Amino acid sequence: MTAQEYAFAVIAAVGSISAIAVVTARNVVHAALYLVVALLSVGATFLLLGAEFAGWVQILIYVGAIVILFLFGLMLTKAPIGRDTLDNTHRWVGLLVAAGVFAGLAFLIQDAFPLDAEPFEVFHGSTSVVGESMFRDFVLPFEAISFLLLAALIGAIVLARKDEGN
Amino acid sequence: MPDYYSSYGVVLAVVAAGAILVAVAFTAAKLIAPHRPLPAKLTTYECGIDPVGEGWSQSQIRYYVFGFLFVIFDVEAVFLFPWARVFESLGWAAVVEMGIFIAILATGLLYAWRKGVVRWA
Repeated sequence: MTAQEYAFAVIAAVGSISAIAVVTARNVVHAALYLVVALLSVGATFLLLGAEFAGWVQILIYVGAIVILFLFGLMLTKAPIGRDTLDNTHRWVGLLVAAGVFAGLAFLIQDAFPLDAEPFEVFHGSTSVVGESMFRDFVLPFEAISFLLLAALIGAIVLARKDEGN
Repeated sequence: MPDYYSSYGVVLAVVAAGAILVAVAFTAAKLIAPHRPLPAKLTTYECGIDPVGEGWSQSQIRYYVFGFLFVIFDVEAVFLFPWARVFESLGWAAVVEMGIFIAILATGLLYAWRKGVVRWA
């Protein structure tokens, strides 16, 4: 095994354990903090694959911003903390869906990248390559993103704002 | 590619050094500090005032909008990095593209401002 494979084994183990901890944690805030570790290990996997931009975006956006929203969302609710209040009766449905997703992904990945396939060169997806394709070939989708963000922002304000007339 | 991985080796070394620093500091504090707990010492510190209520309390929804504004502009900032890399080769086209992007998002900020979301009353 190469050093890269050892590093991947460590990152994958940390990510898997923390992902299991997210769903088994008794405290929702602890679950959110385990989610940080899981998302960090996804970012580390991107970095290991040479996708530097995607890796740091994963860490900046998901760890830095999305988890903040999760924590604010938790603080908004009168979160009941404890085993009984967190558990629900959909356990078996959840297990079924998770098993189905796992089987589907495992089949697709095995189909696309069989174990006996030639290992391919790690492509260093540098930030300028991403920028080149984003700002030369995909300008319109890029501008559409700003509309998506604008719609989300206005929606959040409409929901959260206290009407001054009332 | 070896350059790429060795540069992240430095990052890893810094992270390890930070973890060791924290671990050593906490272990030293645990070994050296005298441990004589009193009920008063074990209460949560709240600026010297006796703590009121539970550790968990519901926060106002306006904090969520601040969090959301942060997320929106965090996403915007991420797009500035690849833009800065190709800025020179694309020239004015890149300026216009990013200008439109930021102008649309600034409309959202203007909306938030007009609705009094960013005013702390």
